[in-house]
Amino acid sequence: MGLLSLARVRSPWLLHFDCGSCNGCDIEILACLTPVYDVERFGIVNMGNPKHADLLVVTGPANRRSARVLENLYEQMPRPKIVVAVGACACSGGVFHACPNVLGGVDKVVPVDIYVPGCAARPEAIIDGIVLGLGRLNGNGKRDGAAAPGQS
Amino acid sequence: MNSIPFDTLLKVALALVLAPICGGLLTGLDRILTARLQGRLGPPLLQPFFDLIKLFGKEPITSNRLQRAFIWGHLAMTMTSLGLLVMLDDLLALTIILGFASVCLVLAGFAVRSPYSYFGAQRELMVLLSCEPILLLFAIAYYLDTGSFLASSALALKTPLLAALPLAYLGLVVALAMKTRKSPFDVSTSHHAHQELVKGVTTELSGRYLAMAELAQWYELTVLLGLIALFWPRPLWVGVLLALVSYLALILLDNASARLTWRWMVRTSWSVAVSAIVLNMIGLYILRR
Ligand code: SF4
Repeated sequence: MGLLSLARVRSPWLLHFDCGSCNGCDIEILACLTPVYDVERFGIVNMGNPKHADLLVVTGPANRRSARVLENLYEQMPRPKIVVAVGACACSGGVFHACPNVLGGVDKVVPVDIYVPGCAARPEAIIDGIVLGLGRLNGNGKRDGAAAPGQS
Repeated sequence: MNSIPFDTLLKVALALVLAPICGGLLTGLDRILTARLQGRLGPPLLQPFFDLIKLFGKEPITSNRLQRAFIWGHLAMTMTSLGLLVMLDDLLALTIILGFASVCLVLAGFAVRSPYSYFGAQRELMVLLSCEPILLLFAIAYYLDTGSFLASSALALKTPLLAALPLAYLGLVVALAMKTRKSPFDVSTSHHAHQELVKGVTTELSGRYLAMAELAQWYELTVLLGLIALFWPRPLWVGVLLALVSYLALILLDNASARLTWRWMVRTSWSVAVSAIVLNMIGLYILRR
């Protein structure tokens, strides 16, 4: 592994976007930053800025309102970048799938690399999903189908 | 024009290579200590280097050429100030060049049409307004004591500079806190999770330009710590220890206090730090008469 590849894997900065979730998954993402899970051990830092981020972590289903914002955020992120959909809602629409304003999973709007299931997704599953995604950062935007934690 | 001797050039080149390594390690230490104070384990010591290398390998999105030029200027001027310090040259020139480096960062923030970047740049200007008087007055107080602006004259003193300028030392530590964006002075941008206004002056930087801004921070940190080491340059390890202890104290302060407003920062700088140095100069003048 080259130095750059190593650095990419060791320093993922993430941008968290709530597409319209019930806040259950958001709290689990924040739990990853607390002393119990402390993802900064792996160099993972929560960034409030798409231009600094490597990973886009999305919670909640895509709806007509948030789709525009989600697309915009994705476009503003410099390559290489990956998208992690966290929770049943982000994966497929979840409990909201039949709502008239809901489009479905976030993959209706942006290309998703990793699907993390769960309602709400557990912090362990979220960390697992992010670590799985790190391997793809080195493909420099190359995609070979999406994966879920535990099945790669 | 007299030419610069070869060994001085070598020293400068060595310093330009070693300074980012020191700055990066200190930043890594800062992150670990901060995490421990928050009850976390924290990242590995080399984390800042991973971050920097990663940023250099990312796609750089910038809005215009002007912004890129100012970031280059920011880095180059900070490196120049380090060169001046290593050559034991004029401290007045050093502080002014360090000020120009900050101005470049401010202009890079103003070069794009982003409200967050504007806010950050305006606040960075306030940092400049609070910081530059301290640095300039430090240089003047230094002149009062040693009779010269040259950094080499601190080495020739019989008693260390700290004995004559204790209040100026405190002022310089406050300036270090502002320049390294430690709470309560982290108004323009912050390394912490409790960030405000997205990322302040660095909001619109990405990829290698963000990396260059970070690199400039590391150079700036070593320059300021070098200035603090001048307070006790013989033997040098005492000075280095003094600088490290000051930095450690600032990390503790960073974690023990919240961010305050820029108005509070400007007021504190002018009423406490600047007047401390002026008081020190008056005292020195009366004693030496
Ligand atoms: S997956 Fe469940 S917990 Fe997560 S946002 Fe949807 S409803 Fe809420």
